[in-house]
Amino acid sequence: MDLNTFLRLLAVFVPLSLLSVGGGQAVVADIHRQVVTDLGWMTDGQFVDLFAVSRMAPGPGSLLAALVGWRVSGWTGALVASLAFFGPSSLLFFALARFWTIHPRSRLMQAVEQGLAPVSSGLVLATIFVLLASADGGWLAWVVALMSTLALVNNLLGPFALLGLGAAVFLVLG
Amino acid sequence: MPPQPDPALPESVAPTSVAAEPDAQPQPAACRVGLTAIFLAFAKIGLTAFGGGIGGWMLRDFVQIKHWIDEADFLNGLALSQSFPGTNVVNLSIWIGNRLRGTLGAVAAVAGLVGPSLVAAVAILAVFDLFTDFKMTHQVLAGIGAAAIGLSLQMGITAARRSAKSIFSVVMMALVFVAVFVFRLPLPLVVAIAAPVSIAVAYRQKQEG
Repeated sequence: MDLNTFLRLLAVFVPLSLLSVGGGQAVVADIHRQVVTDLGWMTDGQFVDLFAVSRMAPGPGSLLAALVGWRVSGWTGALVASLAFFGPSSLLFFALARFWTIHPRSRLMQAVEQGLAPVSSGLVLATIFVLLASADGGWLAWVVALMSTLALVNNLLGPFALLGLGAAVFLVLG
Repeated sequence: MPPQPDPALPESVAPTSVAAEPDAQPQPAACRVGLTAIFLAFAKIGLTAFGGGIGGWMLRDFVQIKHWIDEADFLNGLALSQSFPGTNVVNLSIWIGNRLRGTLGAVAAVAGLVGPSLVAAVAILAVFDLFTDFKMTHQVLAGIGAAAIGLSLQMGITAARRSAKSIFSVVMMALVFVAVFVFRLPLPLVVAIAAPVSIAVAYRQKQEG
């Protein structure tokens, strides 16, 4: 990996690590903005492909960072992107767990939790619409996404079955 | 595939359970758990939890089956994991690993959760890449992607309903959404402005209430 790619990966993922309020899903819209729109590392469709794999693979959904790194620069890229995305926030949280005695029910922590919730929700909703706008398949993608949501809300099918069903629908109609 | 625990379980029980035991102290693990055992236990969760809900798996495996950490301490860690930046389940792994074996325990827990599942995710991507010349491959991935967006939408709706506690929070949510989706503003800028304002307002509401 050349130095430029290395630094770019750090520049994308280190800030987002420390800004991922409410979890990894919140920053997917900004990962998309940077790697597709600004850096041109991949197309919209390729980005949604990586998102798809990150959700069908086991483990945390934030492994999307590793997949972006792998797409850009192989295993080294996956390692660098993962360390950049998981490292800074982990060090911060480790310091908290190890050295501080913060009670999660203190007024400050409750205010942090309550205050970050709408920010995080707004980011997650933005992520969903950025992905929908980027997805191949046009109206079919919207229909499959909405039907999956309805199926989950009504407990009709599990997440994994829904991913398979989405693939089947696209094979037949796509 | 083993049955999925309710992904919303830890979140939904967190406030009441923690509030019920405000002075609960973390208990030391009954016996010294080996680093390899920590790594393997987290690796198993990382490799078997599909479609989210990892928090629920950890609650069942580490609290109810292995008794590595008591429930109040687990829920405290979960609440803090969600309030601080970072992937929630990675933060929660640090919390549990640190309780078991300090620094090395936290490292073993995160390495176990992320390492093997990272290799699995890249392997799955590499398999799709092998068949990249076929039209079917793109249809399958696009279909999985659309359904996956649907899974996120369900999460997003749940999160939005939970966080819409006042007119202010609804307005804040809408502003963040518009800033990022419509105006495509950089996330650091949006969070740097929205987060302190939103936390300050929530703090004042707590003071008044």
